[in-house]
Amino acid sequence: MATTTKVLQGSEQGFATTRLDDLLGWARKYSLFNYPFVTACCGMEFMAVSSPRYDFARFGAEAPRFSPRQSDLLWVVGTISQRQAPVLRRIYEQMMEPRWVMAFGTCASCGGFYDNYTTVPGLDKIIPCDVYVPGCPPRPEAVFDGLLLIQDKIASGVRKVSVVKPRQDPAEHLVQINAKPTKKAEKNP
Amino acid sequence: MSRIALETLQAKLGAKVVETHSHVGDDTAVVTPDAWHAAALILRDDPTLDFDLFVDLCAVDYPKRENGRFEVVLHMYSTTKRHRIRLKTRVGDEEGNGAEVDSVVDVWMGANWFERETFDMMGVVFRGHPDLRRILMYPEFEGHPLRKDYPAQRTQPLVAYRTEEEAGMILDKIAPFGGDEGMAFGRKWYEKGGGAS
Repeated sequence: MATTTKVLQGSEQGFATTRLDDLLGWARKYSLFNYPFVTACCGMEFMAVSSPRYDFARFGAEAPRFSPRQSDLLWVVGTISQRQAPVLRRIYEQMMEPRWVMAFGTCASCGGFYDNYTTVPGLDKIIPCDVYVPGCPPRPEAVFDGLLLIQDKIASGVRKVSVVKPRQDPAEHLVQINAKPTKKAEKNP
Repeated sequence: MSRIALETLQAKLGAKVVETHSHVGDDTAVVTPDAWHAAALILRDDPTLDFDLFVDLCAVDYPKRENGRFEVVLHMYSTTKRHRIRLKTRVGDEEGNGAEVDSVVDVWMGANWFERETFDMMGVVFRGHPDLRRILMYPEFEGHPLRKDYPAQRTQPLVAYRTEEEAGMILDKIAPFGGDEGMAFGRKWYEKGGGAS
């Protein structure tokens, strides 16, 4: 069944049909209320994402709620120590359905290099997680990739776990500049 | 340049100063555990020394030493004389028992949390400390994590981990740095017998 789209002009009147789930998903994905659970250095990158240069308000996610009872999206930003694990679990349990969780950075995703007695090796050991954003810390672009993944999941209603894929490494380009000139380059003065 | 501090300690404590060491202005005295508090008082109260600033206190584990496995290290600075000194003592047997030394909180108040940290991480007990509790780890934690015989990968979770059936996905972590964690001085090297004291 083909769907057609018609944009109404200013003088026209009309209506749209949709399913209730789709309408709710569409509404939810553009009004995310965040709960930032910021514990470590990734917090700096979270601040960069939320401040005007990158500005996640563009995606309708600008309202931080410092109570888990009023928020939809839990940002776990930074290392989770064993001592903090009960706190994080409690905060997740206080959030109301539907709720989503984003693991921001390598430490929150898998413990990073803290492979020892202090650190929980990934928040998925304690609570379910929807999107993992790797990076130490992740660049704001990667965080936006994660946020858009979350929005897709909200709109589609799919709860499958997803991971932000790495973009091209900007340093690759620098290595090529500093590499030794090839024979072909030597021949041409 | 606090060679004078070493000389004063040796004059007042005699044989209780086990050894001294001076190198490019870096002066160390090792005293017996029973002279620990007396040495701290001498360093603070002697007008020619006047070590009024507590800098650091920690402990080092030498697991293969038969006597004095833990070396408790104390750093002081004098804001008036502008010199520094490092004071050490060796406590505990090979099993880590009997690792006790007098607290110096009554000499320098700043030593309070440092002694709690040393107790938490190494299990050195400070006699006479006003509030010797764990400071970094949680009270339920068993053992002392910075001792060399604490298993490097042993964790003591406060919250029970989710099982893989519960999560519906693989939760195993992939080692980011390979077997030796990218470090020649890492766990594998120690298990092979490296790190002799």
